[in-house]
Amino acid sequence: MMIEVNEKIAIEHGLKSEEYKKICDLLKRTPNFTELGIFSAMWNEHCSYKSSRLHLKKLHTKGEQVIQGPGENAGVVDIEDNDAIVFKIESHNHPSFIEPYQGAATGVGGIMRDVFTMGARPIANLNSIHFGSTDHEKTRNLLRGVVKGIGGYGNCIGVPTIAGQTCFDESYNGNILVNAMTLGLVNKNKIFYSKAAGVNKPVIYVGSKTGRDGIHGASMASAIFDDKIEEKKPTVQVGDPFTEKLLLEACLELMAGKSIISIQDMGAAGLTSSSIEMASKGDLGIKIDLTKVPCREENMTPYEIMLSESQERMLIVLEEGKEKEAKKIFDKWNLDFAVIGKTTDSKNIELFFKNEKVAEIPIDFLAENAPMYDRKWIKSELPKENSFSKEQFKSLKLGECLNKILQDPNISDKEWIWNQYDHTVMGDTIQKPGGDAGVVRVHGTNKAIAAAVDSSATYCNAHPLTGGKQVVCESWRNMISVGAKPIAITNCLNFGNPEKEKNMGEFVECVEGISEASKYLNYPVVSGNVSFYNETKDKGIKPTPSIGGIGLLANYKKMITMELKNNGNYLFVIGKTEGHLDQSVFAKNILSKSEGPPPEVNLFNEKQNGLVILNLINNNLIETCHDVSLGGILTALSKMSIKGNKGVNIFPINGLINKFQYFFGEDQGRYIIEIKPENLENVEKILKNDSIHFDKLGLVEDYEINYGNDLKISIDDIKQGYKKWLREYMVS
Amino acid sequence: MKSSVIIFPGSNCDRDMDVALKKFGFKNQMVWHNDDEIPKSDLIVLPGGFSYGDYLRCGSIAGKSKIIKSVIDFANSGGLVLGICNGFQILTETGLLPGILQQNKYLNFICKNVFVKIKNKENKYFKNIKKDILELHIAHNEGNYFCSKDELKLIEDNNQIAVTYCDQEGNDNEANNPNGALKNIAGIFNKDKNILGMMPHPERMIDPFLSGEDGSLFFENLIGSL
Repeated sequence: MMIEVNEKIAIEHGLKSEEYKKICDLLKRTPNFTELGIFSAMWNEHCSYKSSRLHLKKLHTKGEQVIQGPGENAGVVDIEDNDAIVFKIESHNHPSFIEPYQGAATGVGGIMRDVFTMGARPIANLNSIHFGSTDHEKTRNLLRGVVKGIGGYGNCIGVPTIAGQTCFDESYNGNILVNAMTLGLVNKNKIFYSKAAGVNKPVIYVGSKTGRDGIHGASMASAIFDDKIEEKKPTVQVGDPFTEKLLLEACLELMAGKSIISIQDMGAAGLTSSSIEMASKGDLGIKIDLTKVPCREENMTPYEIMLSESQERMLIVLEEGKEKEAKKIFDKWNLDFAVIGKTTDSKNIELFFKNEKVAEIPIDFLAENAPMYDRKWIKSELPKENSFSKEQFKSLKLGECLNKILQDPNISDKEWIWNQYDHTVMGDTIQKPGGDAGVVRVHGTNKAIAAAVDSSATYCNAHPLTGGKQVVCESWRNMISVGAKPIAITNCLNFGNPEKEKNMGEFVECVEGISEASKYLNYPVVSGNVSFYNETKDKGIKPTPSIGGIGLLANYKKMITMELKNNGNYLFVIGKTEGHLDQSVFAKNILSKSEGPPPEVNLFNEKQNGLVILNLINNNLIETCHDVSLGGILTALSKMSIKGNKGVNIFPINGLINKFQYFFGEDQGRYIIEIKPENLENVEKILKNDSIHFDKLGLVEDYEINYGNDLKISIDDIKQGYKKWLREYMVS
Repeated sequence: MKSSVIIFPGSNCDRDMDVALKKFGFKNQMVWHNDDEIPKSDLIVLPGGFSYGDYLRCGSIAGKSKIIKSVIDFANSGGLVLGICNGFQILTETGLLPGILQQNKYLNFICKNVFVKIKNKENKYFKNIKKDILELHIAHNEGNYFCSKDELKLIEDNNQIAVTYCDQEGNDNEANNPNGALKNIAGIFNKDKNILGMMPHPERMIDPFLSGEDGSLFFENLIGSL
């Protein structure tokens, strides 16, 4: 009872009518229903990157530290002594909006599989999550569900969640973002790739059984939401972290031997994309007997088996004759193991079911011949600067402004979230969430890896090119602030509908900005993904590239943290403060202004300032470092005070700008550092020698932040507001 | 001194425990849940994690696993058995320790540092620890200890409460109870004090770069008292 394929059915599969025509032309016949399903899965935006491919080529992806750039399951960078870090960030936005717990959980599961597929043991998880306005009726439940889902999966596997980022903005009311990142550790000579090699090699299916869950998940992720999204619930996959833990251990055990030729996890578009990618990269064909696929449900059709997105499954091409040895390992871990096919030299994918051939497609058609679009886009103009009058600041009080900013949802403390994530399992977490970056030791060595995720949708929305640059710089600063040398980044590009010129322009220019900054800073992009169509009923999200950065500490004992340490120590601001208020938290919260350009990014200063700080840290000359970002100097200082339970006596500022501009401006490339009196002279000398701009900000003292007659506020007071906002929001 | 850490499918603190035991001088070996017996040991540890996924009640399937009979025999013959977190849950499931561990009162997983007060030092686990209050780390979703009134009376009469959640000064009241545990109980002994089940993870607090160092005191004492 094969369903007759026609254009209408193709369109229901998310294909455009010209794409359907192209399929018929390529095949020189009408595809059958299973083949149509395969085409639609491989040709959708999520798998084919058809709107983004052209522009992603512009990303800066090279560097001597790069072992593997984009195009594999994850990127790989060298961290010396034969160690390498495998890492990647990936979106799971659409499923998380429909079913927050499972959507987020399987997002974490999926990214961990991408990493251990390459032979690496995951050592840290991170995430970047964006929700709608805090007044929106769905926000609370979505946040609760997503946090529980991320925790539920990561905690069970036993991989620490060491850092993350949470933002609220009304543009995410109908499309939340859940971006999950994993880092794994691997011996650089024992990395596994997805490229198959050799003919007649057995193709092995391992892991969970295949069910009907997640069928067409990748197509859903490439579609715009409407009022009927609830109907899509059945396309959300269900996670089983326990099975993933077993799969992780079993795969690493098998990888210790020499039987694997290539391995690929079954992620988006399941068996379809994994088998096709392996064969395509190896320039081979593949033959699969679908009757042999372990199924959880009865009477599954070839179409369903090929498109299921059941979780915790892997496809492996083994050396001939190694099946028994491999099966023994999977038996030990109680996982399914089935030889389902073999590699061929036909360069076609051939599917059999109950002794009948049910599909045959040249692999080229699905991979290389997939559509690629040069979509129209428009350039964004840099908005005009606001000119603020004296009147606007006249009635403002520093303390009141500060308190308000510290309780802003995007600034306030996120402990309620990360206390639900196991961040200490594996016994190597030396910097917990809540700092500039999470840091884990490389087990059994003196090295440590810092990692953080950043996004700045407000800046990207105001001017995508600047925003793209800024977010890379912010990530770089987070590495520097803990004493890590920045190594590389992974990016998750969350955007609206690429068929709209404005959205496409945002994408193109953000990518350009990311590329420019990462090239200048030698901070290459080694992996990532693109999530388009984050749009509900015609309203798209703000352009939101999330940047996951990693850095290396050669000696973890040199790591520093952001909390203020000792009375009498000096505080300096590194980098010039020009008082840029447009697009700042201050402008939005206090002046109710949301127009204007984002702060300018000066890559030269950014690099100089960062390198000098690394130098100071490596020479043990500073005690504390924190980068100045959202909310400016006073916000950064308050967070340092709250964490260290210390106050600050701030010196009078001089210059042409007023105190609000100085304390809340969001100029880039700045850090606050803490210096012991005995190191003062030395630090000043180094800064002057390197022509680094710095301001003497103040002295560390007890209990209060003071600024002449303008500000006198106790740490307990600001702490209360800063710490309570999210907790109270979640129980109200 | 020889120790054995049992690995169940889903255990995830097994390596951390192995690292800690070896750091303080134990000759540790890892034992697979499907093994028939446990090699000769002075201490058996059931580590934290999510044994068999904990999809049923936490620890319930591990409590019926193949290896567990050997653990019970060892414990009943007076051997030292330590269960941390999921290991504690497993020990209550086997009946070696009284009571149960329910879901945390506020229904969330909690990962943070806590203080615990040592309630009984007349045992090998805490004998020579000079401090009365330790800073340890918890990471669990089901650490809310509960038992019947009669059981509690027996536990108290036999001084079986090992550690209670408290503040820095040692006040073990409701304000310092992270998960709703009865009487702030964070860990208990069996009647003979050779079995200890405890929610906090001492193995995560064994060097100054981690969350703290009070876990070191625990392991130093343990190897010293064997």
